[in-house]
Amino acid sequence: MNGITIALSKGRIFEETLPLLAAAGIVPSENPETSRKLIIATNRNEVRVVIVRASDVPTYVQYGAADLGIAGKDVLLEHGGMGLYQPLDLKIAKCRMCVAVPAGFDYAAAVRTGARLRVATKYINTAREHFATKSVHVDLIKLYGSMELAPLVGLADAIVDLVSSGSTLKANNLVAVEDIMPISSRLVVNQAALKMKREMLQPLIDAFAEATNAAGAVR
Amino acid sequence: MRRWLLPEAIEDVLPAEAWQVESLRRRLLDELRRHGYEYVIPPLLEYVESLLIGSGRDLDLRTFKLVDQLSGRTMGIRADIAPQVARIDAHLLNRKGVTRLCYCGSVLHTLPAGLTATRQPMQIGAELYGHAGSEADAEMLKLLALVLQISGVAATRIDIGHVGVFRVLAGHAGLDADQEQDLFGALQSKDQPSLLELVAGLAEPYRSALLLLPECYGGMEALELAATRLPSLPEITQAISELRAVAGAVKDLPVSFDLADLRGLHYHSGLVFAAYCIGHPGAIALGGRYDKVGKVFGRSRPATGFSLDLRELARLASFPQNNRAILAPRSKKGEDEVALLALIGELRAAGEIVIEELPNHDSAEWIEAGCDRYLACRNGRWEIETFKKA
Repeated sequence: MNGITIALSKGRIFEETLPLLAAAGIVPSENPETSRKLIIATNRNEVRVVIVRASDVPTYVQYGAADLGIAGKDVLLEHGGMGLYQPLDLKIAKCRMCVAVPAGFDYAAAVRTGARLRVATKYINTAREHFATKSVHVDLIKLYGSMELAPLVGLADAIVDLVSSGSTLKANNLVAVEDIMPISSRLVVNQAALKMKREMLQPLIDAFAEATNAAGAVR
Repeated sequence: MRRWLLPEAIEDVLPAEAWQVESLRRRLLDELRRHGYEYVIPPLLEYVESLLIGSGRDLDLRTFKLVDQLSGRTMGIRADIAPQVARIDAHLLNRKGVTRLCYCGSVLHTLPAGLTATRQPMQIGAELYGHAGSEADAEMLKLLALVLQISGVAATRIDIGHVGVFRVLAGHAGLDADQEQDLFGALQSKDQPSLLELVAGLAEPYRSALLLLPECYGGMEALELAATRLPSLPEITQAISELRAVAGAVKDLPVSFDLADLRGLHYHSGLVFAAYCIGHPGAIALGGRYDKVGKVFGRSRPATGFSLDLRELARLASFPQNNRAILAPRSKKGEDEVALLALIGELRAAGEIVIEELPNHDSAEWIEAGCDRYLACRNGRWEIETFKKA
């Protein structure tokens, strides 16, 4: 593939990426929410967008199946980021990675006593690293969704999950007790692509950087 | 019972590919020989003390280990041949002047280096000892370019960096080992946001200089940027002048610069380089200076070299190769057997593959075995004819 392939995921990341793409003069010809196509052309002949699951974006870019991609920091931490350049924080799809427990559960006491916590999460590596740094023993339970349910039905003591508005936690009577890190989306670039296609990629990266800074100045 | 399954990321190399790998190996070693590189065959395994000395934790993790029943000591199966060759130069050959060595052999990795990488690459490489000047680095770059050209790898680019720049900045900024490791990670992934956080508390001008490193990539303008904006410490001036000297010596090669590429920081000591090509998601070849490694074997020697995975190179390579064979029948009564044997000899001498027919197998089986032509006796003369496609 001589042009540029950009890996994006549907939903929030796609919506919030559109203005950045526009700043680089790229307009996708279809909306992935309504189209079933996985490869979407753009107004520029040499640029195409592939629609993949958010957690697959780093894999596509690492393997060179896409030259660029946009992936949440949460996804990149789980993937490990091996073989990827991550030049820009796009400051979109912002949220926090948190530890949450049922209201009334004394998390601080559980941590202090060195109890073995059962933690349900989609983010196994991030959770393992976080609790290891705190020297807390945990049993990690990998779930693929609806993390909030786990403590309610006795599957886990706590969860590690992304928190955006906090309304899902609230609705399920959970409270965020610890911030692990702020999360936002990053631009990731395949290493060989940056070397071999620099003339095409660098203007795009610069346009993204400029648009991100401009958006930051407005806020 | 899946008895035929091999371990993950371990594979057989099957006929067509195996010859591709082998013929490439021969071509490359022959070329290295013509450039004065002497061939060495280090052992498959040795004590970890010598195998891993002077290298980073990364190589330690990638090395399979086992216990020697003769001595009770821990041995490692090599994950990289270059340190073995450095040992040979420093300790066994003990020459005063320049030594050029080359090698080719399988190495084993505990963890595959990438998504589809094998755990048993076949490493081929060349190392030059005993010359500290940039002429040696330039020779390595030219040789690497030649290796890639012989392999017929399309559209390559060689990126040159220098670990000395980061090392002196980290030293002056007073980083501890953990901070250095974190910064190294952020620079390797050109992770500007993390870099900003990591350098937050550092003193100027080192803070700005570390932030500038990821921007020092591209053509000669990257060196200009580094020369004008990095602090004028003697080590940095030295590094930039080395880079310029090498760039001047390899003008006709497709090179660019990347001062934030710090691969092998713990092993390398100066100029480093990586080759990229179309069709491969990461670097295809790595190399650079490692002047201090010889010291742990008793003799500090200027050293530079490069290596690559021959199997990966063969996969990307495009050079014509004919593996099709000619079937030679057994002569029947009345046919000239002496002429047949002479013809078989001539064809083999010319490089053709000639398979002698065994009784009771039909032509479909010979075609399956790789024959596309056969010898037939027409009017007393042996002719080569082509198998009709079924």
